[in-house]
Amino acid sequence: MAAPHAHVAWFEELGEGDRDVAGGKAVSLGRLTAAGIRVPPGYVITTSAFRQACTAFDPAGTIAQAVETLGTDDEAACRAVSAELRARVESAPLPADVETAILAAYRTLCGAESAEDAPVAVRSSATMEDGSDASFAGLQDTFLWVRGEAAVLDAVRRCWASLYSEPSIAYRRRLRLPESAMAMGVVVQQMVDARSAGVMFTRSPVTGDVSLIAISSSWGLGSAVVGGEVTPDEFVVNKITGELARQTISDKAIRHVPNRTTGGTTEEPVPQEQRELASLSGDEVKRLATLGREIERHYGRAQDIEWAICQNGDAETEIFLLQSRPETVWSSKETRLVETVSANPFANVLSIFGAPRKE
Amino acid sequence: METRTRSFPLPSEVEPIAGTEAADAMYPYFTKVGPEDDARFWFYNGMHFPEPIPAFDAITAEAPYISLGAYNTRVFVIPTVKGIEHRIINGRVYISAIPITDPAEIGARVPHFEERAFYYFGKWNELYAQWNEKIKVLLASIESIEVPQLPEFEDKAVVFEGRGIAQNHYLIERYNRAIEAYLLMWQYHFEFLVLGYGAYLTFFEFCKKAFPEISVQMVARMVAGVDTAMLRPDDELKKLAALALETGVDGSFTENRSAAQILADVETRGGAGARWLAAFEEARRPWFNISTGDGFYHHHRNWNDDLAMPFSGMTRYIAELRAGRTLERPTERLKQEREQIAAEYRGLLPGDAERATFDQMLGLCHLVFPFVEDHKFYCENWAATSFFNKIREFGMVLARNGLLADSEDIFQLNRYEVGMALADLALSWASGVPAKGTRHWPPIVAERKAALAKFAEWSPPPALGPVPENIQDPLLLMLWGITSEQLQAWAAPPSEGSELRGFGASPGVVEGIARVVRNIDEIASVREGEILVCPVTAPSWAPIFGKIKATVSDIGGAMSHAAIVAREYGMPAVLGTGHATKRIKTGQRLRVDGTSGVVTILE
Repeated sequence: MAAPHAHVAWFEELGEGDRDVAGGKAVSLGRLTAAGIRVPPGYVITTSAFRQACTAFDPAGTIAQAVETLGTDDEAACRAVSAELRARVESAPLPADVETAILAAYRTLCGAESAEDAPVAVRSSATMEDGSDASFAGLQDTFLWVRGEAAVLDAVRRCWASLYSEPSIAYRRRLRLPESAMAMGVVVQQMVDARSAGVMFTRSPVTGDVSLIAISSSWGLGSAVVGGEVTPDEFVVNKITGELARQTISDKAIRHVPNRTTGGTTEEPVPQEQRELASLSGDEVKRLATLGREIERHYGRAQDIEWAICQNGDAETEIFLLQSRPETVWSSKETRLVETVSANPFANVLSIFGAPRKE
Repeated sequence: METRTRSFPLPSEVEPIAGTEAADAMYPYFTKVGPEDDARFWFYNGMHFPEPIPAFDAITAEAPYISLGAYNTRVFVIPTVKGIEHRIINGRVYISAIPITDPAEIGARVPHFEERAFYYFGKWNELYAQWNEKIKVLLASIESIEVPQLPEFEDKAVVFEGRGIAQNHYLIERYNRAIEAYLLMWQYHFEFLVLGYGAYLTFFEFCKKAFPEISVQMVARMVAGVDTAMLRPDDELKKLAALALETGVDGSFTENRSAAQILADVETRGGAGARWLAAFEEARRPWFNISTGDGFYHHHRNWNDDLAMPFSGMTRYIAELRAGRTLERPTERLKQEREQIAAEYRGLLPGDAERATFDQMLGLCHLVFPFVEDHKFYCENWAATSFFNKIREFGMVLARNGLLADSEDIFQLNRYEVGMALADLALSWASGVPAKGTRHWPPIVAERKAALAKFAEWSPPPALGPVPENIQDPLLLMLWGITSEQLQAWAAPPSEGSELRGFGASPGVVEGIARVVRNIDEIASVREGEILVCPVTAPSWAPIFGKIKATVSDIGGAMSHAAIVAREYGMPAVLGTGHATKRIKTGQRLRVDGTSGVVTILE
């Protein structure tokens, strides 16, 4: 449980009761960390820090009203309000206590003694979770390979400002959500320089089959796979036996890599000889699938997982879990196979012998 | 039933092979293609009949289809399916299932089916115990048939004990008894089988609904039993190998010795040799009554007829035991694995009703499994090889009396013609003149042998007639590996690519050198560490399973015996590829993926 009114909380401090202060993504990372699953370390900037910051960029408390009086169809007005509010949030100086808390945590993340700036990912962690999460996700921004104190503070402000992006505002207006309920956590998480990365579903995305684990993987950072910018390799593993059911190795033309001079990420071509090589070894596929199953067990339902693999020289590769959320597409259309259990256990054979076969 | 543009020749369009037209009369008229057959879909039953069928062996198509159809259509009154029709075209057996599609007819059959089938399921173990007794009575009755030798003068007892029956009567009577016993064996064969498969298929379909991408292999792994009669012969070899080491007679077993030489050498080893030989005699009856093929042809002899396979197996096992390896199948681990897989799939089901239904269905599968697997040993292996041996004895009588040049030639006559030849012999022996058959049969035999050789060069189309849009027949899928996709793939001309697809029947990936084996006689050519490529894998090939890395077959499904044994040995298997023996050449390097069912020719 995060300390009351703390501006930051480490993943390992978070519990299920912290959704309101940390947001769903941070709580989920907290749960995974607590379960002993290898998650890159990080912290969340809480909603308490956000509310404190609001006093800096909205001292008169007029923003809420400005948004709530917008018509749901008034695109032009929405655009103007969005531009103005984003600029305000992005440029406002942070209250000293908030800034101090964020930076102290960042230094801890870099290593107490280290002068080196650790690369981090800065992402929003919305508090309007679950039901609306699926559609709310993606409306906020994610900043990758952020390095240095100024860059971190800037990314945090831009995350908050993304709450006032046009789609974000339009979304809240469409659902008539009160602005006062709106708040956001921001996750700052050490970043993995991935050799390969991708997404893992703990059921078949094609048929919904819950006995399979489907892994999409490509070279470099996972953003290329998540953003659909590359046709990834596909591995399908039997959840029960761990056997590889099938695999498709694709021609992976590009990859996302950290931009070490400016921060952020860059797209680059994959070297010719590497393009059609499998981006995961058989052993890595197995380890990932085992991890997927563990996470699914932990949550008690099918998961949609982002992961990355790091290569440190010749040493065994390390798998990191970046994110896990409940699978929603198939889970929402689950139907029962059996209405009533047959009183005569033999009568089930009538499904084969008792009616003309149809597809 | 909707039909798609036809991609296979019609039965009537298949041309007879030049020079075989007269010989084709060897097959009974009811196996010939008629005009009405063009409307139906047929497929080549290459799983049971991978080679052209000699005239006598056509009984192994006739007898099972007499029985299978009777159980479906008349005994258990299966609502949706009747029997299986068969045709013999250029020596190959094609079959076609007869479905029932009229809802009124189906509805009228359902109550009869429920009453009858549920009775059998309910009393399964009791009835199966009865079956085990009656099959043994039948086996004893086949083995006890004495083939009369037609003496110059009848034994005095015929006169002085007032028996009043001459041997030529028994010649006919005993042949009829042998035929009747064989037909009866096939009645017993199907008594439980269709219901047993129904239980499997019900469970398979349910799993398919619950887990749309589940493989037949995975379902089979939940169902398959660990202790079955079919695995017993190979287990006996392992026990005898261990006993050879224990008694110190193992030195007699060397690779370059024949079975007879090994036996003679063991005999010289005093008490130890006697002890081993006693155990050997006990094991071989009944457990060596396993066919080196699958019992569908007269030349599928059993281990007792030809001891080469069991002795080379024992020699290998002795070498492995000396090297410190254990031979016992890990039955406890296999049982645990089976239970664990089932428990975990069960756990993934959405609710209690599904789990209860899963339990009912899997429970029924486990109830029927022992029969479904064990009957093969008693029927196709023991009874069939004993029957063909008995027919050989009639062949000897015919040869001795000049109707045949060689006793094996009896198999070039169909079962009705053998009856005629025996009647001819009975008459001529009675008349005291040479039989007419001495001139009649030898040229016919020669003509048929030549025709069989020509048939063997023909590549039979995998199917004939219009392909139904949907051939989701689970029986065809499980046993023959036939699906709509497979048929489409077969219909396409063999591709130039280096990949073949079939059923992943036993998981794992290996690479190795191919050894293409088209029939049993070539089985001895298989070398350690090769990948066996064959038309169909016979159950009794288990002793070489320890020697090969993987197996690939043209025909076969994930519930076939080969699949079960391959899984027991942890050996990758891809079955039902359609063309493997045509596409792959001995010596080529292959990768076999028994999980996904892909075979890649690496060159």
